[in-house]
Amino acid sequence: MNARVRNLILNGLLIAALGAFLFWAQNNLDGYKIQVLNLIAVNAILALSLNLIYGFTGMFSLGHAGFMAIGAYVCALLILPAAQKQAMWILEPLIWPLSVINAPFFVAVFSGGLIAAFFALLIAIPVLRLGGDYLGIATLGFSEIIRVVLTNLSFITNGALGIKGIPAFANIWWNYAWLVLTVFFIVRLVNSNFGNVLKAIRDDEIAAKNMGINTFFYRVLSFTIGAFFAGIGGALLGSLITTIDPMMFRFVLTFNILMIAVAGGLGSITGSILGSVVITILLEWLRFVENPMVIGSFQIPGVPGMRMVIFSLALILIILFRREGIMGMREITWNTLFSLGRRSPERNDKGGETK
Amino acid sequence: MTTPAAILRTENLTMRFGGLTAVSNFTIDVPQGKIVGLIGPNGAGKTTVFNMVTGFYRPTEGRIFFDGQDITGLQPHMVCRSGISRTFQNIRLFSNETVLENVMIGCHVRRRSKWWMAPLGLPSFRAEEESIRRKSMDLLKSVGLERFAEEPSASLSYGAQRRLEIARALATDPKFLLLDEPAAGMNPQESQELMAFIRNIQKRFDLTILLIEHDMKVVMGVCEYIWVLDYGVKIAEGNPDAIQSDQKVIVAYLGEEYVKYAES
Repeated sequence: MNARVRNLILNGLLIAALGAFLFWAQNNLDGYKIQVLNLIAVNAILALSLNLIYGFTGMFSLGHAGFMAIGAYVCALLILPAAQKQAMWILEPLIWPLSVINAPFFVAVFSGGLIAAFFALLIAIPVLRLGGDYLGIATLGFSEIIRVVLTNLSFITNGALGIKGIPAFANIWWNYAWLVLTVFFIVRLVNSNFGNVLKAIRDDEIAAKNMGINTFFYRVLSFTIGAFFAGIGGALLGSLITTIDPMMFRFVLTFNILMIAVAGGLGSITGSILGSVVITILLEWLRFVENPMVIGSFQIPGVPGMRMVIFSLALILIILFRREGIMGMREITWNTLFSLGRRSPERNDKGGETK
Repeated sequence: MTTPAAILRTENLTMRFGGLTAVSNFTIDVPQGKIVGLIGPNGAGKTTVFNMVTGFYRPTEGRIFFDGQDITGLQPHMVCRSGISRTFQNIRLFSNETVLENVMIGCHVRRRSKWWMAPLGLPSFRAEEESIRRKSMDLLKSVGLERFAEEPSASLSYGAQRRLEIARALATDPKFLLLDEPAAGMNPQESQELMAFIRNIQKRFDLTILLIEHDMKVVMGVCEYIWVLDYGVKIAEGNPDAIQSDQKVIVAYLGEEYVKYAES
């Protein structure tokens, strides 16, 4: 049995195991824990999309919240029932085609991704001529512009009031199906020679140009694909928490995703997935520090936002002591797992991911 | 010098950076299928010439013709596509990638399948990926690095990194190869090997090679024709013997004082 067939079978088994776990979780875990599982999937999609842009192509982009916002709004507008839309838009009525249009959840999420990608393409063409920190500042600016525009387009977005009561279609199955699709797409892309091209641009853009790579095209491509999956993630997030408003898509959201991607390991797909599991769980678990506590004879009042202080400290520690994150640029693949036992010198990097 | 057709020709190439003229009125005809050299003291403008030919600088004046086509001002990736490849003075490998991946990146410019075929995993796409892998492996064999295929490129020794950079340049299927100081930092033994290696790849891949080099043993050993630059101006050209006895070249390298002293 060659490695390709073996990896294919193992990938199939892994997805089956994931399915079985989700089935078990749905029947045995309470709503809160399921919500955490949902958030893990959505965060993983978002971290992967940022990792494609920043980790694999080396473009420091801080515009993720903007693309998520576009995805979330597009999806919400497509899945809200017409009657509910009529009741909710009180500042200005919703304009015509949007007020009656309705689409199945899959189509709505997909459209969210596509429209986010379209706007990313528009932004990319002027902005990706910049590099390094300048790119970070410019994308951050665009992300804020998107948010301000959303606040003011009240005949589409209901302005600052936001959209409430979005149908909660994003259950555990949808979220994990989209995660598997995202992982599949990005793994295939990154493991092909096109992935090598993206990494070449990250490592040395001048040498990449010299190798005949149209670096601008591939930077725009990577940015647009990343924004597509950011839109998907945003769409799922909107349906998951059923309420969206422009204030939700501030820089902090981008920062959270960036934290997951950096902690997991820039340039590592398995790292992004592990990072989202660890950080999402920690973020929830650390809520206890915000409650009033009694240590010995000390009474500590609850401080909201305390867990973000702890997280900032954790991030500083990561940057100081393990800059490459959990995984660095390494991946856990079936091949690396199998060669762990055997220590065989021959490696075949074409293997599938362990998720 | 005019017997073989010129593969690369530059006409009055001039590059100014503000008030500084790095290269002025540089006109050469590089004959096809030869190994030729470009020498000159530090700061003479040799690398600037390379950067203009490969599209990194747009010349202030003058034109560059490659294989009969005007390539002046083309983007670097288009220059590469037309069949020119180069190495860098300070090695520029993709340091996070393996040795094999470095060469595979070089194969990208000739590939036909598009990026969106990658997630779909179409058979034609997979076949092309496989052929890229095979071609890269063959290239690694031809430079003697196949044992290190899966090692990170940064872990190679200095000489091996130079050879890898050449293998990567060859992966783009060039007709014309520019080597920027290939022997820099090599000991005499290594530069001897390098000379044999350069002759070998020239024959094997039917290339024209233009090299910049400070190691005169290497230059005089492999080049059939040499141009000399000093302060951006071409001061001499000819075969190695003619260059070695050219008064202007000696003055440029050793200084007028020294030449006067030696003559007296």
